[in-house]
Amino acid sequence: MEAQEKIRSQLEENDVMLYMKGSAMFPQCGFSGKAVEILKACGATFDTVDVLSNPDIREGIKQYSNWPTIPQLYIKGEFIGGSDIMMEMYQSGELQEKIQAL
Amino acid sequence: MVTPEDIKGWIEQGISDCRVEINGDGQHFYAVIVSPEFTGKNRVQQHQLVYKALGDRMKAEIHALSMQTMSPEEYAARDGAA
Repeated sequence: MEAQEKIRSQLEENDVMLYMKGSAMFPQCGFSGKAVEILKACGATFDTVDVLSNPDIREGIKQYSNWPTIPQLYIKGEFIGGSDIMMEMYQSGELQEKIQAL
Repeated sequence: MVTPEDIKGWIEQGISDCRVEINGDGQHFYAVIVSPEFTGKNRVQQHQLVYKALGDRMKAEIHALSMQTMSPEEYAARDGAA
């Protein structure tokens, strides 16, 4: 399946989706690790895609959102941001609200 | 090696009238960027402007950049709150 199509179906199937380096259990990058910690702190149920083991998704997701870095968080298919934006939204309580509203 | 001043210069070239405060060690950088170009844009759109200014350097030279972006109004509000 083509990368963009694969991404679209992943986002349709998962309300809270994190594209990251490594897994939630073993993040391979500090920013991805931070993103996982933030989602856990929000009490979120989330799925992850490891872009390191999916090179086509790694490039594809950057095109999808016009965003050059990983991690990337999506809620109900909407691109929320990278780890800096996640942290800001967590600190203001906005992220918890979005997740609890699901 | 990329210096904080390099990144500051690239951002300033790409975004009009911006103020950039940046720290970093050549690997990890942390930037606060304030510009009127950010007014009326959400965080994602603000960061996209910075990424656009940095272009392909995000793929090669710059390994890890954290940033906070604000319009002058947001910056003033933050100062007021702090």
